[in-house]
Amino acid sequence: MTSKITISNLDFFYGKEQALYNISLEIPERQVVAFIGPSGCGKSTFLRTLNRMNDTIPIAKVSGTVKIDDKDIYAPGTDVVALRRMVGMVFQKSNPFPKSIYENVAYGIRINGIHSSKADLTDRVEKALQDSALWDEVKDRLNTSAFGLSGGQQQRLCIARALAVQPEVILMDEPASALDPIATQKIEELVVELKKQYTIVIVTHNMQQAARVSDSTAFFMLGKLVEYNRTQKMFTNPEERLTEDYITGRFG
Amino acid sequence: MEAVNSSIHTKRRMINAVMTSLTAVCAVAVTGVLFIILGYIAIRGFSSISLEFLTDTPKPVGEGGGIGNAIVGSAMMTLLAALIGLPVGIAAGVYLAEFGKHWYGNTIRFIADTLIGVPSIIIGIFIYTLVVLPMGRQSGLAGGLALAVIMIPIVARTTEEMIKLVPNSMREGALALGAPQWRVSWDIVLPAAASGIATGAMLAIARITGETAPLLFTALNSRFYNFFYDQPMSSLTVQIYNYATGPFEAEHSMAWASTLLLVGLILVINIIVRFLTRKKY
Repeated sequence: MTSKITISNLDFFYGKEQALYNISLEIPERQVVAFIGPSGCGKSTFLRTLNRMNDTIPIAKVSGTVKIDDKDIYAPGTDVVALRRMVGMVFQKSNPFPKSIYENVAYGIRINGIHSSKADLTDRVEKALQDSALWDEVKDRLNTSAFGLSGGQQQRLCIARALAVQPEVILMDEPASALDPIATQKIEELVVELKKQYTIVIVTHNMQQAARVSDSTAFFMLGKLVEYNRTQKMFTNPEERLTEDYITGRFG
Repeated sequence: MEAVNSSIHTKRRMINAVMTSLTAVCAVAVTGVLFIILGYIAIRGFSSISLEFLTDTPKPVGEGGGIGNAIVGSAMMTLLAALIGLPVGIAAGVYLAEFGKHWYGNTIRFIADTLIGVPSIIIGIFIYTLVVLPMGRQSGLAGGLALAVIMIPIVARTTEEMIKLVPNSMREGALALGAPQWRVSWDIVLPAAASGIATGAMLAIARITGETAPLLFTALNSRFYNFFYDQPMSSLTVQIYNYATGPFEAEHSMAWASTLLLVGLILVINIIVRFLTRKKY
């Protein structure tokens, strides 16, 4: 099993405050890795170091290395724009653009110049919507506002938008936390389906969700990686006492 | 349940009722003043409005005449001011909102706020020194520039405020797709803030259309139709000032009619804005 992302000795600071301590872990290709842990433990911060989304915060500082396909994404001269195209992201709150459904998906394709013709663009939009299991629900209203969709549909639209630019890795920051159980189930099925093609990292507060969708799970606490293991092992026979306490709900 | 009807609750209910009515009266007073002004202008001005009044140039007292050239002058100077003021102001606002989180941005913001508070006649003197004196005469160009200077800080600050309302999650969504910062601002943030920016822009236009003081020094006035920016130019506001300060009753009724027209135009601008900026998405 090849490793897609290799993180070594990563420290992260917001100004003087350290948010992540010496994190090292490997994320295997075409698998789902779940990050769990109590609020404020640094799992979202960690996720956002993987596509350098934290660059938008002026006081953020990173040390250590994050290698994707053996290339250090924090090396000087790294093209952050190209990196983010390769590492897509889906956010906690769905954030469609104030455009039509079609234009939401087409936007990433357009700015990256991926399409060869107008017909190709339309094909790619349809493919992305099919891959995110939204096509049948929206095919008759592609030119209506994305804000007219339900919360779950909006989130799948955001996934379609991320898929459309053909990333290799997809980061999901609590993608289902604002959705009802049925919409959540759809997102989970989608995640399992998508791992055939993509490497997926998902942050979740929902223990069952981590158990259902992920191959490996990383448990964070107070900015430290407590345990990283196969999900099945993690939820049945964890190595760390702290992990067991958290998973069984003895605290947090 | 007796606690519900205790005397302290009765007192609170009474205070609540008094305060609510007080704010309601104030609200009526505010809008009431507006309606009194509008109504009075309409009554005094309406009878003098005619086709001749709208198309003719001013004539000696008693011979009729109109404000056609003033309408054209106001439109031309407002157009010039908008062509300069809107792009510069909007671009400055985008900069302040998206990139202005440091000492340079703070300085610009402070200067813009100060500039908004500067009396408009001082802007007029500024342009007089800068443009009128070197050119050797007052002109529509100078008038338009003075209006643009008034407009820029207003447009910049309203644009900034509107852009700040765009949720950060939308920017992140675009950045995460591999959009460079400038495209995020241009493709996502600006359209999302467009209706607010357009409202601010139109309000700024309405504001400069009503300016008199900065035009007195710069555009002066003219009794003739003038379609060239290098000549003195008439405007509705300066024409109102001249008519209203004249000694004859005929001039006064012309002033009322011009005022009605000006207020009507500004009202139309506002209605158009409302219409154009209806939420599309």
